[in-house]
Amino acid sequence: MIFVSFGRFGKISYISETKVADFVKYLEEGKIMATRCSRCRRLYFPPRADCPDDLSTDITWEQLSGRCKLVTYTTAHFAPTGFENDLPYTIALAQCEEGVKVYALLSKDIKENEIQIGMTLRLTPLQLPNGRITYELKKP
Amino acid sequence: MSVAIVGVGQTPFRRNCGISIRELCFEAFRDALEDINLTPKEIDASVVCSAPEYDKQRSPAGLISEYLGLTPKPTFYAESICSSSSTGVKVGYSFIESGLHDIVAVIGFQKMSEISSAEAQERMGRGADIQWESPFGTMMPAGYAMFAHAHMGKYGTTEEQLAKVKVKSGKYSLLNPLAMFRRAVTLEECLKARVIARPLKMFDCCANADGASCLIMAIKEKAKKITDTPVWVAGIGSASDTLSTTSRTDLTGLTCAIEAGRQAYKMAHMEPKDVDVAEVHDCFTIAEIMAYEDLGFCKPGEGGKLIEESQTYIGGKIPVNVDGGLLSKGHPIGATGGSQIRTIVLQLQGRAGRTQVDSAEVGLVHNIGGIGLYGNVTILRR
Repeated sequence: MIFVSFGRFGKISYISETKVADFVKYLEEGKIMATRCSRCRRLYFPPRADCPDDLSTDITWEQLSGRCKLVTYTTAHFAPTGFENDLPYTIALAQCEEGVKVYALLSKDIKENEIQIGMTLRLTPLQLPNGRITYELKKP
Repeated sequence: MSVAIVGVGQTPFRRNCGISIRELCFEAFRDALEDINLTPKEIDASVVCSAPEYDKQRSPAGLISEYLGLTPKPTFYAESICSSSSTGVKVGYSFIESGLHDIVAVIGFQKMSEISSAEAQERMGRGADIQWESPFGTMMPAGYAMFAHAHMGKYGTTEEQLAKVKVKSGKYSLLNPLAMFRRAVTLEECLKARVIARPLKMFDCCANADGASCLIMAIKEKAKKITDTPVWVAGIGSASDTLSTTSRTDLTGLTCAIEAGRQAYKMAHMEPKDVDVAEVHDCFTIAEIMAYEDLGFCKPGEGGKLIEESQTYIGGKIPVNVDGGLLSKGHPIGATGGSQIRTIVLQLQGRAGRTQVDSAEVGLVHNIGGIGLYGNVTILRR
């Protein structure tokens, strides 16, 4: 197994070690991956390595289409340490067509007055400075 | 009912209190023991409650127990962030009901000025799921703001209705000498205040504070000797929800509050209409509106209308947060639940002064940790 650090995920990552660190490797390849429990078939996003429903660790990776709809959002005018220079930014919760939800920033291309709950969005990998990587929600 | 609250105490909630955590706790403890027939030596155990990320002292229970003169009696530490001290009440209740201890002191405190603003700002970012949500720069107001937008989107709740929660809070803050902000605010002031996380503006948010609260709980046989006006724990419910927003099923209410309320009503053999006065966790204005709905004071989606019609003022259908709530009192995390319970106990004892709700028999306390992460609902009766 090739060691992949999760520490490159997001603007600031608070952890580096996780069983699902491969998520970052897939993200580099342009894929946003969920995990599925091989036993009960439940789909997880954000991905998790362990299924609490049947205590299984037998999971497989599965790519999300990226098609989703906005559930709710907020435009932040105050930020925790490390995010001050990005203000204002819009944090969103979206529902993917596969049924799972994603928490991400809305692309700065979307103006605040264009935001509508229920609008269609596309979840897309995003390269950040200093070799970091994340995903964001864009117009389809 | 076999467990009563026999004494309540609280310090003023304020910024930069200028004293240490042990001294804060002593003030609340002394206040709770005033006017009741009980000496510290008769207390069998203590439960100390705070959110440790704001404490310099590691394992504060031992320190507080010593300073209050409770050593060598057992002391325990209870934490569920903003709902820590109502969790402490559940621990105290369990001790007494199980027969382990007869008289328990529940002491909640927080000195939020203990750490610097920079340290506080760094901690704020780690209140969410640090693996999948904190990397997007979220914090508490943003979390509740997302609930607010979802509520507005689904039910048509307005920013004016949110602001009216603060207008009520401001009105009652003038009558609470222990509140940090004692000032009436107008609807216009609320609506024009600077944005924190849209749609929440400055007056939609509570503020950090320093303070402590103390509750003395006792078994029935002893309660009646300690005070002529014991207040009984009629129902007590607790639940949790997911930390991650992505796993939440509903963004227009707090599932943990609904479940904790269901448990408490069932145990008390009561319904929402039986409640005469309530304290709800209004860390943000939207949180109070959701609490009206989650506790059954109105139907889902009608919380905005309830405040619009002034039904949660004294004289309305169900008076809520007539001590000014977190929005005006300030929110010293570990002390808040105890402060809410103190307000209801004073109401049920007829000692609430100018905010007294006429012939209040039954009161309810809704205390939430995090963004609907932990929920405690406590029903008290006189």
